[in-house]
Amino acid sequence: MLLASLVEPSFGLIFWMTLSFLAVLFILRKFAWKPILDGLKDRENSIADALNEAKKAREEIATMKAGNEALMREAREEREVLLKEARDIRDREIAGAKEKAKAEAEAILERAREEIRNEKNAALAELKLQVGELSVEIAEKILLEKLGNDAAQRALVDRMLKDAESRLS
Amino acid sequence: MSLKALIRAGFLMMAMLLSGGALRASEGGDGHGDEEKFNAGKLILDHIGDEHGWHLWGHTTLPLPVILFDTERGLKIFSSSRFDHGHATYDGYAYVDHAVVAVDAPPDPNWNLWEAYVSKKRIWDLSITKNVMSLFISLGLLLWVFMSVAKAYTRRAGQAPTGFQNLLEPIILFVRDDVAKSAIGEHKYEKYMPYLLTAFFFIFLNNLMGLVPFFPGGANLTGNIAVTLVLAMITFVITTVNGNKHYWQHIVAMPGVPGWVLAILTPVEILGMFLKPFVLMIRLFANITAGHIIALSFFSLIFVFGETSAGAGYGVAVGSLAFTVFMTMLELLVAFIQAYVFTFLSAMYIGSAVEEPHHH
Repeated sequence: MLLASLVEPSFGLIFWMTLSFLAVLFILRKFAWKPILDGLKDRENSIADALNEAKKAREEIATMKAGNEALMREAREEREVLLKEARDIRDREIAGAKEKAKAEAEAILERAREEIRNEKNAALAELKLQVGELSVEIAEKILLEKLGNDAAQRALVDRMLKDAESRLS
Repeated sequence: MSLKALIRAGFLMMAMLLSGGALRASEGGDGHGDEEKFNAGKLILDHIGDEHGWHLWGHTTLPLPVILFDTERGLKIFSSSRFDHGHATYDGYAYVDHAVVAVDAPPDPNWNLWEAYVSKKRIWDLSITKNVMSLFISLGLLLWVFMSVAKAYTRRAGQAPTGFQNLLEPIILFVRDDVAKSAIGEHKYEKYMPYLLTAFFFIFLNNLMGLVPFFPGGANLTGNIAVTLVLAMITFVITTVNGNKHYWQHIVAMPGVPGWVLAILTPVEILGMFLKPFVLMIRLFANITAGHIIALSFFSLIFVFGETSAGAGYGVAVGSLAFTVFMTMLELLVAFIQAYVFTFLSAMYIGSAVEEPHHH
């Protein structure tokens, strides 16, 4: 009898269970489950949003870093180019200056040589002139001494002629 | 933590021992006169069954309202203490084997031969029995707990959970993610969450309360077939009402199946439709009741042996208590598992009813 009552649902309990369980279900649905589930969802969404934002910020920083690096590389390359240009210009300038200095020195030397040559010629000419005058004076004195008589003059003419003859032969 | 639970379970067992002894004493003092032997079967069935009035300890019973609807005499409301544990009739009604019956000839309320006069007349018993009282207490507890937790969610929106909210949130998330979402699907689960959550926490709470051997626990509510019947009925109604074209098509005429097979298949499918909630009802009822029966059987061994000699009683008590503690621990696990299984299978049935056809 008792055992049978165990598997035989009692009317009263079915009645109260249906009534009170459904009532509690509807009350909880409105006043408990809705705020709880909404709250959970909102919190999860806000956490997901925060994570997304953090990820985005990280990505932005990464792109910024990459940009900075590119900029730096560009600047370095430009500096290299500028330095190279400067070096080239300097080399060219130095080479040019050397060339010019050499040419100038050459010209100066040439002018000096020319002057030396001229001076030498002038000195030679004057020397010739003075030697000529001196020899004429000496000759005059010798002639005056040696050719004071006819015999001497004759002998001289003869020697001269002989000389001329030997030179012509 | 587990040590603490063990100690607590030990205390519960002690309390059970005391109340059991008292129960035995009260049975011994029955008005039947003869020396009544300890009856383990009666003890167990008393514990897992329902009763009008709530036996607290010894001779103390909490009287509960008896509400009867008699087709001839109308609504009758009186206290369960009027029956004096079945020793008296009141106003033409008597209490026999945990049920209120009408008696034809009640000349004298103290006349105790009324059992021969039990009427065949059907009366509708809407009494607030021990189980109904326990139902109200557990539902009140659910309302109080979850309304206060809900308040915490609105008051501290977007913040980390604290206290009680923190304790319940993982379970709520478990029901949402591992039961509803996995069985019904990401897009349709939300509509069914209130029922699944309410059913889960109702079953879980009552399973736990059933393990507590004294008031307000001790009622075997989730091991009562009327309660599991109502829960299974709600699942059945939700499934049937929300069933889409795809679901009905698969029951009435499974696509791609020849006509002569349908003649066999369709009745089977229709039977299955009712079988699913039926199995749901039986599973919860049987699991919880069986757990109670086993724990109480081990416990009763003490008294069975105690009747032969006090020494044997104490000797058996050691092993028996250990087994009872073990069973109670196991029942703690079963309390959760059965709440989960009921909710998950309900979600599966609902999921199969709202599932969209697959395009392969």
